[in-house]
Amino acid sequence: MYRYDDFDRQLVLERTEQFREQVERRLSGDITEEQFRPLRLMNGVYLQLHAYMLRVAVPYGTLRADQLRQLGYIARRYDKGYGHFTTRQNIQYNWPKLDEIPDALLDLAKVEMHAIQTSGNCIRNTTTDQYAGAAADEIEDPRPYCELIRQWSTFHPEFTYLPRKFKVAVTGSANDRAAVKVHDIGLRMHHNDAGEVGFEVIVGGGLGRTPFVGKTVRDFIGKNDLFSYLEAILRVYNRFGRRDNKYKARFKILVHEIGIEEVQRLVEEEWNLIKDGSLRVDDAEIAHYIEQFAPPAFETLTDDDAEFERRKAENREFANWVRSNVIAHKQPGYAIANVSLKPIGGIPGDATDTQMELVADLSDQYSFGDVRVTHEQNLVLPHVKKADLFSLWAELKNANLATANLGYVSDIICCPGLDYCALATARSIPLSQRISERFSDLDRQHDIGELKIKISGCINACGHHHVGHIGILGLDKRGKEFYQITLGGDASENAEIGKIAGAGFSEAEVVDAIESLVTKYLGIRETGERFIDTYRRVGMDPFKEVLYGDR
Amino acid sequence: MAIVKNDSVIDQEWITVDIEGDLPAGEENIIVPLARFKEERETLIGRNGGLGVQLNSGDAPEDLADDLDRLSIITVNFPAYTDGRGYSYARVLRERFGFKGELRAIGDVLRDQILYMHRCGFDAYELKNDDDVSLTKVRAALKEMTVYYQPTGDGRATAASLREQRRAAIKTAS
Amino acid sequence: MSLQVVTANRLDDGLVVFLTADGGWSENIDQARVADGKEAGNALLAEASVPELDIIIVGPYLIEVEQQDGGLVPTKYREILRTKGPSVRQDLGYQAG
Ligand code: HEM
Ligand code: SF4
Repeated sequence: MYRYDDFDRQLVLERTEQFREQVERRLSGDITEEQFRPLRLMNGVYLQLHAYMLRVAVPYGTLRADQLRQLGYIARRYDKGYGHFTTRQNIQYNWPKLDEIPDALLDLAKVEMHAIQTSGNCIRNTTTDQYAGAAADEIEDPRPYCELIRQWSTFHPEFTYLPRKFKVAVTGSANDRAAVKVHDIGLRMHHNDAGEVGFEVIVGGGLGRTPFVGKTVRDFIGKNDLFSYLEAILRVYNRFGRRDNKYKARFKILVHEIGIEEVQRLVEEEWNLIKDGSLRVDDAEIAHYIEQFAPPAFETLTDDDAEFERRKAENREFANWVRSNVIAHKQPGYAIANVSLKPIGGIPGDATDTQMELVADLSDQYSFGDVRVTHEQNLVLPHVKKADLFSLWAELKNANLATANLGYVSDIICCPGLDYCALATARSIPLSQRISERFSDLDRQHDIGELKIKISGCINACGHHHVGHIGILGLDKRGKEFYQITLGGDASENAEIGKIAGAGFSEAEVVDAIESLVTKYLGIRETGERFIDTYRRVGMDPFKEVLYGDR
Repeated sequence: MAIVKNDSVIDQEWITVDIEGDLPAGEENIIVPLARFKEERETLIGRNGGLGVQLNSGDAPEDLADDLDRLSIITVNFPAYTDGRGYSYARVLRERFGFKGELRAIGDVLRDQILYMHRCGFDAYELKNDDDVSLTKVRAALKEMTVYYQPTGDGRATAASLREQRRAAIKTAS
Repeated sequence: MSLQVVTANRLDDGLVVFLTADGGWSENIDQARVADGKEAGNALLAEASVPELDIIIVGPYLIEVEQQDGGLVPTKYREILRTKGPSVRQDLGYQAG
């Protein structure tokens, strides 16, 4: 895993000091809230309903055990003993005090972490596949490139006051687990005809009030040219993105309004002028980064482990957890273990200080001190020996972290909604809790199979509802919360924006509505079909009918 | 109001003439908006006295490509500090077209953006504070950070280049 | 009849506060100064929006309230949540006591 050198360390410390001084200037009245707001946002500090909120970056979703342990400490010391993992692979604290945040940032800096550019109209934290470096289906570990993007984008002097926020996601696998098509820039690693590895560049995707699936601006860009190409895209956006209307300022709107061909023309023209400049990164430099993410010291094992098989045969609960939460690893004898932050009836993505510390310890013990945060708001121990899975599971289970529901109906993505968020129009968490409780029977969940429910508490779509197989959007109708259902969304390589099923439901009705959709699916599915497959085969009408009948 | 350049406060030696204002008859140094420069190019470059151009957001710095050696100063107007287009204009002028004259940030120029401006090629800043405060602010802003990841035309060594030097030094030492 | 109070978040710790009768800020809505009617509301907000308060509170705005059982209760659910805390964590916020 990437370790800071003295340059990185110095930069973060300087930034921490800079922010401490900015906070002092604010508290003493030297700068106004209006002047301070963008400065605090650039350091991940929001003002929410009840208090400040601090959003800490987890670059490309990768954490070391000591970092996660420190996140637990910060939850206890500066917050109320918990944190919320987000769809952006970050963590948010809900109760920090402004005058203590500089200290919290210093404590983060001690473990090479920060809150830089987790908000504001700048290039945000780059996200990627949570299984990077472990997945059996991966072409190459995308993280060396993510780290290079992190450095290129951190305090980029030209791109810190963009028209609007800008999000980059990278996948190193054909199976897209990073939702790259709904980001401002999505990078998909693949081989060109010459057999070289590079990236397809997808632009203008995004969710929010006007969702778009991104479009390809270039089929293939070589690794050495990636950074100048990104710079060209950003320059085009910075110069030509709309600034007259906040809601039309995202890159996706520019792509939509002037068309992908024109964007392509502008980007290629700009790129041709800068591609031979100092942003060209040579193979030797890339090799240094690849080395940083070298695989841990795996033992040479056979892929099947007799003890593991025996445990599975003996213990149905364990076997179910393996079936849902354990994923194939590229190294024989190892597996990827997903730690569910979606206990039945719990708050999706929340983890307590002690849970964070426990997962940190378990990762030291079982996974080379490596932990991942997923955009689906779970944690991952990426490198676990199959022989260790049973003891790992037992320890996770004790801490309520072994719910066998990965990808199932209770593995709900959910934004904070009106319980915390100042922008919300309705609550989202209670709804996810009611749905989770309704489907609390794990056997039933396993029978239903993969079904991605995603809930947002307002049109900003932080909970990705547009790309949920079933999406739920919380709205306000004359002072009452009500919920709009979308169907058929998909965040994967087959990305699709869901379609609104019809009129919204009250909080009391919506759980029944979800259940009736599931029942319908179970009734008409063909062998092997997931909910989304059935939906694609039969379309909206049969589902609409169970929701609304003749209504 | 104060203009800070090269670690000191300088005098305002330029008169800014807007899109329709009368051109001074004498040899005054004037700055005109790009739109006016394009319209009255011949008259303006035929005039005695220094000439500068003001870029506003939405302007294309490319329009000045052929005339840069005639211009002693280009001002880039930040209508609000949140409007970051001027950063791109500065880099294009300096790095693409090699503009060597004064590049002055005007408008909503605040302390916390000055380092970024400098990195993009600005060398003068017009602040709304008095002389002493302005100078203190610019000085503080320019030394706030010492590590830079991005190569720009400002000549600062990037972290990547320093790492490379260090690796090379280790290699020769061993 | 529309009763209103001014709310904001306190600058240093971010917590929800209400403008009180003596011009201070309280965590308790029941201590808030109540304005009756649009004009009185705007006057109250103007009082809370002076630059001097910028180093005490952030983002003052008016909310509608009702008298209920001798206390003040906001009419909007969002504001009720602000006076209590997250509905999903009743152990936290002002509701935790
Ligand atoms: C609680 C404070 C939050 C605020 C104020 C906030 C604000 C916003 C806003 C205004 C947008 C719309 C941007 C646009 O379309 O231009 C947005 C989008 C988004 N936010 Fe948040 N958000 C918050 C929390 C979160 C959380 C907790 C997550 C993760 C669970 C998250 C992840 C996202 C994502 C993924 C998008 C949509 C993707 C896109 O940018 O198009 N945000 N947020
Ligand atoms: S979707 Fe809306 S309610 Fe949910 S976190 Fe984002 S801004 Fe807040």
